[in-house]
Formats: sequence, structure tokens, C-alpha cells
Amino acid sequence: MPFLGSLASAFILNTTSRDLPVAVAATVTACCLALCILAYPNVVDGNVLRFEAEWLPQFGLNFTLRMDGFAWIFSTLITAIGLLVVLYARYYMSEDDPIPRFFSFLLAFMGAMLGIVVSGNVILLSVFWELTSIFSFLLISYWHHNAAARDGARMALTITGIGGFCLLVGMLLLGNITGTYDLDKILASGDMIREHPLYLPTLIFILLGALTKSAQFPFHFWLPNAMAAPTPVSAFLHSATMVKAGVFLLVRLWPALSGTYEWFFLVGLAGMLTLLLGAYFAIFQQDLKGLLAYSTISHLGLITTLLSLGSPLATVAAIFHMLNHATFKASLFMAAGIIDHETGTRDMRRLSGLLRYLPITATLAMVASAAMAGVPLLNGFLSKEMFFAEAVETHADSWLDRILPYVATLAGAFSVTYSLRFIHTVFFGPKPEGLPKSEPHEPPHWMRFPIEFLVIVCLIVGIVPSISIAPFLSTAVMSVLGAKTPEYSLAIWHGFNIPLLMSAIALIGGVLIYVAIRRYLATCEDGPPFIRRLRGQRIFERVLVAVSWRWARWAESRIGTRNLQPQLRWIVFIGFLAGLLPLWFAGFEARPFVFTGVDPAFAVLWVLGAGMSLAAAYLAKYHRLAALVLLGGVGLVVCITFVWLSAPDLAITQLLVEVVTTVLILLGLRWLPKRNAQLVDQMTIRARARRFRDLVLAVSCGIGMSFTAFAVMTMPVPDAIANYFLENAYSEGGGRNVVNVILVDFRGFDTMGEIAVLGVVALTVYALLRRFRPAADSFAVPEQQRIQARFDEEQPERAPGDTVRDYLLVPSVIMQWMFPVIITFAVYLFMRGHDMPGGGFSAGLTMSIAFLLQYLAGGTRWAEDRIRILPLRWMGVGLLTAMATGMGAWLLGYPFLTSHFQYLDLPLVGKVPAATALLFDLGVFMLVVGSTVLILVALAHQSIRINRLRAIEAAKAEET
Amino acid sequence: MELILSLAIGVMTGCGVWLILRPRTYQVIVGLSLLSYAVNLFIFGVGGVKSNMPPILSDDVLPATLSDPVPQALVLTAIVIGFATTALFLVVLLASRGLTGNDHVDGREEQR
Repeated sequence: MPFLGSLASAFILNTTSRDLPVAVAATVTACCLALCILAYPNVVDGNVLRFEAEWLPQFGLNFTLRMDGFAWIFSTLITAIGLLVVLYARYYMSEDDPIPRFFSFLLAFMGAMLGIVVSGNVILLSVFWELTSIFSFLLISYWHHNAAARDGARMALTITGIGGFCLLVGMLLLGNITGTYDLDKILASGDMIREHPLYLPTLIFILLGALTKSAQFPFHFWLPNAMAAPTPVSAFLHSATMVKAGVFLLVRLWPALSGTYEWFFLVGLAGMLTLLLGAYFAIFQQDLKGLLAYSTISHLGLITTLLSLGSPLATVAAIFHMLNHATFKASLFMAAGIIDHETGTRDMRRLSGLLRYLPITATLAMVASAAMAGVPLLNGFLSKEMFFAEAVETHADSWLDRILPYVATLAGAFSVTYSLRFIHTVFFGPKPEGLPKSEPHEPPHWMRFPIEFLVIVCLIVGIVPSISIAPFLSTAVMSVLGAKTPEYSLAIWHGFNIPLLMSAIALIGGVLIYVAIRRYLATCEDGPPFIRRLRGQRIFERVLVAVSWRWARWAESRIGTRNLQPQLRWIVFIGFLAGLLPLWFAGFEARPFVFTGVDPAFAVLWVLGAGMSLAAAYLAKYHRLAALVLLGGVGLVVCITFVWLSAPDLAITQLLVEVVTTVLILLGLRWLPKRNAQLVDQMTIRARARRFRDLVLAVSCGIGMSFTAFAVMTMPVPDAIANYFLENAYSEGGGRNVVNVILVDFRGFDTMGEIAVLGVVALTVYALLRRFRPAADSFAVPEQQRIQARFDEEQPERAPGDTVRDYLLVPSVIMQWMFPVIITFAVYLFMRGHDMPGGGFSAGLTMSIAFLLQYLAGGTRWAEDRIRILPLRWMGVGLLTAMATGMGAWLLGYPFLTSHFQYLDLPLVGKVPAATALLFDLGVFMLVVGSTVLILVALAHQSIRINRLRAIEAAKAEET
Repeated sequence: MELILSLAIGVMTGCGVWLILRPRTYQVIVGLSLLSYAVNLFIFGVGGVKSNMPPILSDDVLPATLSDPVPQALVLTAIVIGFATTALFLVVLLASRGLTGNDHVDGREEQR
């Protein structure tokens, strides 16, 4: 529901009204509060209210919400304080702030927090947990023009985000141990968890999550930085929500995890250190909110310490203190906000004597801080007494346990000191001077109302605990502790005992400390003495810089490279290893060498082939044309091999592709640069070493491939899917050429993907060349052409270029005549494709060669004057035909690309196979034609375009 | 037969690998072509090497004695895709040459 409210607020982002978003937020919060209160009868006496919906049933995850007494009291707390905060924020936020955004975040945050409290599934819980991190980030950085707010928010997000991740890991471990993610079942299987070998890692991960969230030492530093948020946010985050999530989780999982020595030691150590250090730091803050923030840390340390003890009574005290802390801390933050609002500063060195301006606020703040200090008749006193009583008891005998009473008393004294300091500095003393706002006055009544309300709650709970808070507390405690619920008493007066003595010592000691260091505090720098330099924030930033900048840079410079060669080298090397290692580990199995005889002609063929490929490798650097010719030669040898080894389809395709590729590269050769003479003769030792390394790599890859190929080829071929295709090609695919049937029928979907790739490549080529910036021509016009051009110019009746045309006349006429012949051949290849070698691919390539020849014969312009090829249309129609054929099967109720076949008797042509696969093949054919022609024409056009560009440039040059 | 074919594959692989490790774009394109020949032949050879037994059904030959059509179908697609990638690479090469003014694979001359 708060999420809906958040969304609603998000929709009215642009409103100028201040009251509308407030109304939305208040209504939503009030409804939630009412719902909570109405749910109370369902949760008394340890009952549980459950709601379950399927979420990811295949992982055993359900969207489970459960509300027991403890969740109830927390939800009520969250919504009640949320409502007060909304009311307060109405008056606090200034005119210029985008109000709807604020309330949107606030509601979403509240929703996430409620989600944590009521989730009945630990995974769901950690999802909401992360949501609180994110929304608190947004809330803290609400004033995002302020650098401190941004830094504080980022720090909060980093710390709590890391914690949330640890929590998720811990929850997964927990689920692994118990076999379920359901909270009830996990809580019921505490013994099993504690005895499991994975208990310690689970505990550590969950604690990391909880302690980071609750700002426990050593992760406490994010909280004081988060006070850069608007004060209502601080009041909410610090009292009822964000930081309470951590301790909430500890209480929630208390039945499952607590009671071991590890628990006591980890939680207790963190809690006690936080308790003491937080209080100590708080004394020396000069910022009002800083003081309150550190005191929050200290109080959370107190709660954590209580939880670490593992005794039920301590848990009661912990829950009780959570509630008390929420009430007085929220009111104190709001009071601090009012002071800030009215005077314009939060610096305690500048504030003084505000009692005469803000009498009511001052009184309220005094009561609240007295509660914080643990003065009798206030709620803080009660839970502090319980804490002292527990501290004295021995729980887990160790040095940590023995020092606890002293730590507790000292921390109590510190808390008295900082509470006293807060009141005394701000409200008493001489009139303030030089305040940013000269005449502070009481805020509007409704802005003060939340504080009044909370302070009255403090008083009621403090004076008559047994009739105010006791029933609710017992409901909450019951739901956590169940049968272990101890007898406890919330009375104010337990007689003279050690806890009372400790309280007295703390009170008197605190006052004495304050009196002793008052002068120093009034003038000192921000932060505690001695360890002022040691700041968590500084360390955090150092770590952040180190990880995200230095290490990343180092890793990039060491591991990464922008050069292609090392990358390829690694790819090849790893590929080689990947081939070698399985063989190495599996062991080589020596087989007798079977010599199957060598066909001398074949041997000669491949001696030629190998020679050409070596020569191509050698010449590729400086003799590109020669290398291209040799490459074509190798291609031909491969082609002959295909014919020889009974693969006529491959041979045809290879041959045609060879033709097209050669033309393509020939078209491209023009743009490659000349040999750079300066670079040639520098063969340093390093370069030699590099070449040698590459050579070794190449030779090993070659040898490896030879061995593997030989081994594979001489192995008996297992009875694989080949026979299936061979046997069923005719009966099910209706074709005799099995390769073609596989392509267009059995594996039609692959072919579909493949032609799509071809089309994409063609379009990419086209797109790349549209914005092509050609390099300067590598060579000047060759001598032969110059002579011809001169000859043409000298003869008056000849136009330039005529000679070339003349001596190419015969070939070009022949090529023009060949056009229909080749097209007929393409049709022939296509039609016979299903039964004999041929098919869409080879026919398509043939067709594009026919077009290509026309370009070669007459030149680009001539060809385009006569035939208009629209390659894009060919491609589109082809792809659509293939798709439509495939989808046609749907109409008849078959899966995609199911083909139908029969033979048709056409007049003149005779019996023709007419499978629907033929239509599919037609699509393939058209797409191949379109793509190939598109690529070639796009490249060929560059030669025309460059001349046009040059002409334009020359014209420009003449004009200027 | 197998011996020659595997040696041929080895030689072409070696040449191809050598070439793709060279710094000039044209060498890389030739190397890729050679490598694709080698790989195609390898895949083709996996199905066994038979002469004069094309996988075309006729009534007087037993289907099982024909050569394996599956690698042939795979290689056929590989050839066409190989053509496409060569074309794409060629154009990238030309564009890079136009933008950087040289034909080094990194677009800038190496500091030796």
C-alpha cells in the first residue's frame, strides 16, 4: 500500500501545491496504521497472521507475509512515527523543495521497511532489505545539489548494499541448512542450525548484513554522514526504521541463531564497542544532529549488546529499548530540526539560551533527552535499568562478559553527559549572537505536535509502564521467545539494588564529566580528542579510491590491452590449450598407424595447395595481389578436394564463393596503403622474438590440427545421425540430395538463422560504406592508363576512356551475352537442388555473379542504366518468403517449417519436385542474391563516389 | 587420403594462425580465409572420407554406404557465413584505413 502511495505521489510530481502530496502521504500512512491496529486481535497470544501467494514456486519461494506480535509492534511503530514525520515534514520542507518527490521516496521507504518487518520468507526479506537501502539512498541524497548529501548517500548505499549482499548470502546458506526459506520453519529449526558445520559462515554473513544496517562498529561511520538528509528523514531513519532493521533482524533470527559462544562474542563485541565509542564520540560533536546520530549508534550498540547475551530477559529489554529509543530519538531529531529551522544553524558553539525564544520546544526536548539519559520516571530509565540488571548477570563467562557492567556504567555516564550537553548548551546560557536568523520563535503548533505526542508517550510509558506498554510488549516478546518467555516486571521501583546503584553512578558521573570538560567542549574542534584523525569515513574513501580507481587502473594496464595482436595471440593460445588439455588428461591412446594408401594425383594436388598457402602467408604483407591469387588457388584446391571426396554441393558453393570473394577483395585492394618504406628495415631483437613466438604458436597449432584431424578421420565413424538423414531424406523430406534436404527441411530453422545473418551482414556493410571516408588513392594512375588517356585526348574524335572500352569490347560483349546463359544456369541449379547438387545458395551466388559480370563488362554506370537491381527488395522478399513458407505450416496445424512435398508435372519441363521446401529455398536464393549484390555494389560504388567527391572538392578549391 | 588431407589441414592452419597474428589488416583477412578453409575441411573430414559416394539417393545404392551428409550441410552453411564475415571484415578494414590512415590492426603504428 505505501508503494501505491509512492506511485501516486510520483504521478503528481509537477504539482505546485504543498498540501496535496502531504494529504496523499498522510492518508496512506494513516490507513496503514489503522490496518495495523485493527490487526492486533489476530496477533495476541502468539498467534500469527499469514498471507501467502505463489511467487516462484519452482524455487520453493512464496510471497509470504506474516505478522506476529513482534512484527505488529514494529509495523505500528513504523507507521505511527511515519505519520508524525509526514506531519512534521509538511512544515519543515521549504517552498523550493520538490515536495512530491520527497513524499514519494518516503512512502516507498516506509513500504520497504514494512516489507522487511512482515515478510515471512527470508529471501523476500532480503529483497525488501535491499529496497530500504535504495530508498534510503534516495532520501539521503534528496538535496542532491549538496555535495555532503551525495557523499553521505553514496556511503550509506555502499555500506548497506554490501551488507545486504552479505545478508543474502547468509540467507541462502540458512536456506541451504534448513532446506526451506520459510521463516517459521527456519525459526523452528534453531538447534539444527546451531549444530550445522556451516553455522559460523552463515552467522558471519547475516551479522555483516545486520551490523552494517544498524551502523555497528566498525561500520558505524555511514550514519553520521547520512544526517545530511532532511531532518524528517533523519528522524525517521534514526528512530523507527533503517537502523532498526538491523536489530530487528537480530531479534527476528534470535531463536534460530543465538545462544552460542560465537554469537555472544561477535555480536557482543560489536555491540559493546559501539555502545562505548558511540557515546564517547557523541560527547564531542559540535553539530546537533551529529550528536544525536552518534547517540543513536550508541543506543543501537546497547540493543545489540543486550541481544548478544542470549538470555530471554535481555531480549525483552532489547525489544523494549527499541521502542523507547524510537520514541525519544524521533522527538529529539524533530526538535533539532525545529532549532535548525528557527535559528539557521546546528552548531552548538553558536547556539545558546534558546529557552527564552522556544520555551515549549525546549521543555519537550529536555524531557526527551532526559529519557535518552535514562532519568527516572521516563521510558529510557526502565529499559536502561533492565540493561544494567542484565549486564551484571553472568551469561557466558569470559573477559568480555566480566567487563560488561563497567562498560555499561561508563556508557551510561557518557550518555548522561551528552544529553546534558545538548540541553545545557542549546537552551541555557547567554543570548545567542550572530545567528543566521536573528529572531527565533516557536514553530507552528502542528509542527510541534509530533514532538509533543512522542514526549507524552515517553512520560506515560515511563510513569505507568504496566498499564501502557506492557500488554503490547508481552505480545511482541511472546512471539519471539515463545515458551521461553521469562517473568519480567516493568515496575519503576525494584528496591535498592545494583542496577539502581549503577544508574545513580552513571547519572552523577555523567554530570561530573560534563562539568569537568564543559569549557573544553565549548570551544573544541568537531570530533573526539585523540582519535579525531582516525575516521571511518576517511578510511572508507581511501578504500573506495583504491578499489575503484587504482586497482582498476592497474588491472587495466596489466591485464587489458587495446591492441588486437595480443588478444588474438591469447585466443589462439588458449584455444590450443583447450584442445590439448583434454587429450593430455585423458591420456593418449596409441593406435596402430593405418596407411590407407595415397593417391598420387591427390598428393600432387595438395603439394600444390600447401605450397600456395605457404606462399600466400609469406607474400600477404607486401604482395597483396599475388597473395590473393594464391589464396584463390588454395580455394580451388579445396574445391577439387570436395569434388574428390564426394561433396558436390560443397564444391559448387565453394567455387562460387571463391569467385565472389576474389572480386570483393579486388574491389577493396585499391584502398589499401602502399608499403611504408620507413618501417621495413627495423628488425629489432624484440620484433624477432615476437615473430619467433608467433611462428612457434602457428606451427604447434598446425601440427596439433594435423594430428587431431588424422586421428578423427581414421577413427571408425560412429553410427550417428547420418544414417537417420540418409534413410529419411526421401521418405520425409521428399528429396534425393540429402545435403539440400537437411538444409531446407530437417535443419530449416538453422538455415533461416543463417540467411538472416547474411542479410544483417549485407546491411551492415552497406551502412558502413554509406559514411565511408575513403583514404587517399594509394597509387597514382598507372602508366598504361596515362598513355591511353593521352592518346584519347590527342585524337579529336575520341573521348577519354574510349581506348579502354575498345580493347575490352570483345570480352564485354561476350559477358553481356553470357547474362541470360548464367541466369538460366542459376535457375537450373535451383530447380534441381532438391534432388541433385545445387540449391538456393549456389543458385543465388550464380545469379549474383551474373549481375556482377554485367558490372564488370560495362562499368557501373552502364550496368545501372540498363538493369535496375534493388538488392534490398530482393533481400526483404527472400526473407519474407522463407518466413511465410515456414509459417504456412502453422495454418495446417504443423510446427514451424514443416514441409510438404509432391511431384508436379509441368508442361515442357517435365516432372518437377514441388516440396514447400522449394519455396523456402526460393527465399534463401533471393536473399543470397540480394545480400551478395548489395555488398559488391556498395563496394563498387565507392570508386564512383570518390571521383564525385574529388570533383566537388576540386570545384570548391577553385572557387576559393 | 586421410594423411594428405590432415597434413593439408595442418599446413593451412599454421599459415592462417601465423597470418592472423601479423600486424597488417590484409594479412589478417588472408589468414582468416586460410583458417576457414582448414576448419571447413576438418569438419568435413570428421564424417569420414569417401570417394565417389555423394550423398544423393538413388535406387541402386544402399543409403548407409553414402558419405555423411551432416558435416557437408554444416560446411555448406559455414562457407556462406565465411563469405559474409570476410566481406564484413573487408569493409571494416577499409573503413579503418579511411579513418586512421594506415592499415595496422590497431589503427596506429606500433611503437617498436
